[in-house]
Amino acid sequence: MGALFPNVDWPEIGLASLDTLSMLGGSLLFTVILGLPLGVLLFLASPRQLLEQRALYGTLSLVVNILRSVPFVILLILMIPVTVLITGTSLGVAGAIPPLVVGATPFFARLVETALREVDRGIIEAIQAMGASTRQIVFHALLPEALPGILAAITVTAITLVSYTAMSGLIGGGGLGDLAVRYGYQRYQPDVMLITVALLLVLVQVLQTAGDWLVLRFSRK
Amino acid sequence: MPAEHRHGAETALNTRPAPGRDPALFRPLRCLWGTRLRHPFTLRVPTGKLAPRTHPVRSEQPIRFPHVIDFHQVHKAYHVNGQAIAALQPCDLHIARGEVFGIIGHSGAGKSTLLRLINRLEAASGGRIVVDGEDVTALDADGLRSFRRRVGMIFQHFNLLASKTVADNVALPLKLAGELDASQIDQRVAALLARVGLTDQARKYPAQLSGGQKQRVGIARALATEPKILLCDEATSALDPQTTASVLALLAQLNRELDLTVVLITHEMDVIRRVCDRVAVMDAGVIVEQGAVADVFLHPQHITTRRFVQEAEQVDEDAQRDDFAHVPGRILRLTFRGASTYAPLLGSVARETGADFSILAGRIDHIKDSPYGQLTLALTGGNTDAAIARFASADVHLEVMR
Repeated sequence: MGALFPNVDWPEIGLASLDTLSMLGGSLLFTVILGLPLGVLLFLASPRQLLEQRALYGTLSLVVNILRSVPFVILLILMIPVTVLITGTSLGVAGAIPPLVVGATPFFARLVETALREVDRGIIEAIQAMGASTRQIVFHALLPEALPGILAAITVTAITLVSYTAMSGLIGGGGLGDLAVRYGYQRYQPDVMLITVALLLVLVQVLQTAGDWLVLRFSRK
Repeated sequence: MPAEHRHGAETALNTRPAPGRDPALFRPLRCLWGTRLRHPFTLRVPTGKLAPRTHPVRSEQPIRFPHVIDFHQVHKAYHVNGQAIAALQPCDLHIARGEVFGIIGHSGAGKSTLLRLINRLEAASGGRIVVDGEDVTALDADGLRSFRRRVGMIFQHFNLLASKTVADNVALPLKLAGELDASQIDQRVAALLARVGLTDQARKYPAQLSGGQKQRVGIARALATEPKILLCDEATSALDPQTTASVLALLAQLNRELDLTVVLITHEMDVIRRVCDRVAVMDAGVIVEQGAVADVFLHPQHITTRRFVQEAEQVDEDAQRDDFAHVPGRILRLTFRGASTYAPLLGSVARETGADFSILAGRIDHIKDSPYGQLTLALTGGNTDAAIARFASADVHLEVMR
């Protein structure tokens, strides 16, 4: 082991992995908490939907598009003052989570909106005919019917977040990506690079497999 | 036959009193309906006074409305790119409590719009719609939600929630209403599933069911809040003929047993013939003909209606006319209805008058529960005039075609 990977400091790899996992977990949690309602609102406000609100939809859509068009590397830097305001630091896991959430939420919200669009209009009509309120339509029909699509959206978002966490090393965020850049690239230690990349690959693989399993588990079609 | 004449016949089909209805109260209505006035009740007493906009009258003397659904000059236009496109021309429609009312038309004829106006899935552009004593067009959001719980609806593509089991689908309207507790909901769901014959399927998901079973779930779900009106949007159009027959039989049974008013739209005359009491024929946003099914089906007046009947009977009227041109003698069409269908009329007339007949075309079937026969005859020899006179005086409808 030592001969194959002479520069690898295993405890540090372990710490970096934990950092990556906590960044991923924390940011995914807040992304879903913020992005799900935003996605539902986007869907409801969009043209020809239940609460058609052209002005609201236009505004939300613009904000989402602006956030999505800012490259994540730049967002990381732009967010530093805001991050300090929220978490008190711009470093480490705590400093990385706010930019990750801001970067991933608009993306996730769009995926949720798309998943809700996939719900058959006939089902919405049927539940309207039962005398459901908009709130009841969302909680009793839209979200349960779109659940497989939303789970798939969470999976895609989680994997996107994994690659975003790698970039957060740039502002001192820590994690596997940070390790790969600092040791593998800047210190010419390809073995470290190899190990971190392999670990990230395993992580993505696990996330995708788990996501696929969940989607299948909740699909009734 | 003019439409006014039909009214007498059509109401005769609908005067059976429902259980719990006061027959004494019903008698004067029956007299009224027996007249040739088109809508006697609404003509004599302005409905506006009887049915205030928000609350139906609940006085000590209950007032029974002959019609559970009333359209007064209702029309509907869609606005596409600033242009108004008329989906429904101003129309009057009156559907009696406890009847099965069919609306037939090709796609785009406006029947789907008409149906959705009843529970305001679509808002009318003008006119007044009174359903079960409530002015649907004037309801606020809360009023509309509680009103919709009193009107069930089923759909061509069933529109069941794929994520919920059969039992949960049926329970959904009850959960939304929030009036029953969990055990009451379970009881109601079990009773509904038993009624539609799906007790064994309660824990399955819709994707595991056949089309006919899905529609039965749809029916059970629509009946969950015990509505008195059921709207059927092409409910059998996605089903094979055998399944269609069983779903229609179920609808007819529910109509009888629950005194349920059923409004169904379809593009198949056969569906109308099997279950409906009355029918309205739509073409390009206009109700072109309406009346008792037997009248409309056996003596269609409007070209659209004739086409629907011919489709159902697989008769090509032009080809038939060419065929008849080669036949000698007089040509008559006799229409038998009810008990007269089985009377041995042809033989006795032939014996009495010496006229010979040959049958050129014929059909014998049922309209809803009553039998009918329609025969096209060529009469030759003997005293044909006497034979015609004899048919004219018999209990059949006679049409001398040549």
